[in-house]
Amino acid sequence: MRKRTRQRLIRGAMYVLLVAIVVFVAIFADWDNLQRQFFQPDIARELFPDVVLIAATNTIKFTAIAFVGGFTIGLFLALMRLSPVAPYRWLATIYIEVFRGIPALLTIFATTLVLPIALNVRIPGFAGMSSFAAAGVVGLIIVAAAYFAEVFRAGIQAVPKGQTEAARSLGMSPSRTMISIVLPQAIRTVIPPLTNEFVLLIKDTALIFLAVGGIAADQELTAFARDEIQQFGNATPLIVTAIMYLIITIPLTQLVAWMERRGQRSGASARPGALAKLRQLSKQGGLGAR
Amino acid sequence: MIEMTPLRGLRPDEPAIKTVGLRKSFGELEVLRGIDLAVHAGQVVCVVGPSGSGKSTLLRCVNLLEQPTGGQIFVEGVDITDPNVEIDAVRTRIGMVFQQFNLFPHLSVLKNLTIAQRRVLKRSQAEADKIARKQLDRVGLSDKVDAYPAQLSGGQQQRVAIARALSMNPDMMLFDEPTSALDPELVGEVLDVMRGLAKEGMTMMVVTHEMGFAREVGDDLIFMDEGMIVEQGEPRSVLENPQNERTQAFLSKVL
Repeated sequence: MRKRTRQRLIRGAMYVLLVAIVVFVAIFADWDNLQRQFFQPDIARELFPDVVLIAATNTIKFTAIAFVGGFTIGLFLALMRLSPVAPYRWLATIYIEVFRGIPALLTIFATTLVLPIALNVRIPGFAGMSSFAAAGVVGLIIVAAAYFAEVFRAGIQAVPKGQTEAARSLGMSPSRTMISIVLPQAIRTVIPPLTNEFVLLIKDTALIFLAVGGIAADQELTAFARDEIQQFGNATPLIVTAIMYLIITIPLTQLVAWMERRGQRSGASARPGALAKLRQLSKQGGLGAR
Repeated sequence: MIEMTPLRGLRPDEPAIKTVGLRKSFGELEVLRGIDLAVHAGQVVCVVGPSGSGKSTLLRCVNLLEQPTGGQIFVEGVDITDPNVEIDAVRTRIGMVFQQFNLFPHLSVLKNLTIAQRRVLKRSQAEADKIARKQLDRVGLSDKVDAYPAQLSGGQQQRVAIARALSMNPDMMLFDEPTSALDPELVGEVLDVMRGLAKEGMTMMVVTHEMGFAREVGDDLIFMDEGMIVEQGEPRSVLENPQNERTQAFLSKVL
C-alpha cells in the first residue's frame, strides 16, 4: 500500500469514528432532560435583568477597582524591586514571593475574615460596596499587585540600557529618567501581558463570592450563580453566568492575541531576552497558575 | 540668550578634560591602567586602538557613565570623582553621542531635542523649540522635526543624536564610535557634521576607527592598547610614522 493511500485511510477512519460518536450521543442522550437541567428558557429569562445590572456590573466594577489598585501598587513594588537601596529590594521581593506563592483565596480570607476577627480591623465600604465586598476587593488588589509588579519589572528591564545612559548624559536625574524615558517605553511593552492579567483578574473576582455571600447588592456573577442555582435547583443560571463571563473575556483575549501578533511583527527595540520573558509571562498569565 | 547651568568652580581656562592616573576595573579585569591625558578647549582629540583596549571605557568615565576605580577626572578644573560634585549639572556641560544613537523611540525628533532642555535646563517651550530647530538645521534635518526615530535612517538618527546633545549648549562633546553602527554609505554624512562642529571650535573627544577623520580633523591622536596610552601626538605624524611597535602593528592592519 502506498504511503499516501494509507494516510488517507487513517484520516477516513478518524472521521468515521467521530461521526459514530456523534450519532450515538444524539440517539441515546436524553435531550429533554438535558435541556430541563441545563437550559430552561423561562428560568434564563427570570435571571434578567439582575444578572447584567447587578452581577455582571459588580464583576466589572470589582475588576476595575482591583486593576487600578494593583496597577498602582504593582508599579510601586516594581520600582522598589529595582531600587539601589537593598532593603527596598528585599521588602518588594518578600511581598511578591509571598502573595504569588500562596493561593489568592487565602489572601482574601485574610482581608475578609482574619482582619476583622483577629485584629478587629474592618475595611470600610467604598464605591457603593459593603464592607464585606470592599474587604474582598482589597484582598484582590494585594494579590494583583504582586503579579503586576513582576510584569512591570520585566517591562522596565526590557528597555535598553542605552536609553538610561542617553538620558543621564543629558543631565537628567535618575527619577526624571525613569519617569520621562524608561516608564513610557516599559508600559508600552507590557500592555499585552497587562491585558492578560486583566482577564485573569476578571475571573478572580469570583473568589470574592465568599465574602459577599448573601448580600444581594454586592453579588458578582459567581455569587449570583450560586444563589440562583440553589433557588431554582437547576443548572440554567450556571450556563447563563458562564456566557456572561465569556462575553466579557473573549474579546479581551482576542485583543491580546492581536496585540501580540502586531508586536512580533514590529520587532520592538527591547532586549530580546527580556522580551521573551514578557511573552512567556503573557502566555502563561502570571495569575493563571493559581 | 544661552544661559549657563550654574555650576560652582568651573574654570574655562583649565583644560576641558584632564585625567590623572585614571583606573577602572570590572571585577578582576583591569580595563584602564593609569590614564593621564588633557583635552584643551577647542581641541579635537581622537582616541584609537584595538577593540578591548579601553578607549570606550575611558570616554564613558569622562561623564561618569562608568565610575572610575582610581585616579581623578577634572572637567574644566572640577574634580568630578569627588562625591560632592553635582554630576547631573556637570553632564549638562558634556554632550555625548553613542554608537547605537540611543534616541528616545517614544518621542518625536523635536521632543528628543527638547525634553532635557525643558526638564533639566528649565527652558521655556518656545526657547527649547527654537534651539532644537536651529540644531536640526545645522545637521541638515529640519524637515524631520515631527518624524519618529524609527522612521529615520541610521545616519539621520545619529545626526539627530548629535543635534540632541548640542541642544544643551555643551562646552564639549564626547563621541563613542559614532559611525561604527552605520552602513558605509551613511558614514560620510555623520562625519561631515562632526567636521563642521570641529571647525566651529567645539572641544571634542572622539573614539573612532575612522583614521581619515582623525588625520584630517584631529589636533591630537591617542593610541591605546591594554588600558594604557601607548602613543600620543600630532595625528599625521603618529599615523604616518608610528614609533611604538604595537601602534605599528595596529595601523598596518587598519590602514
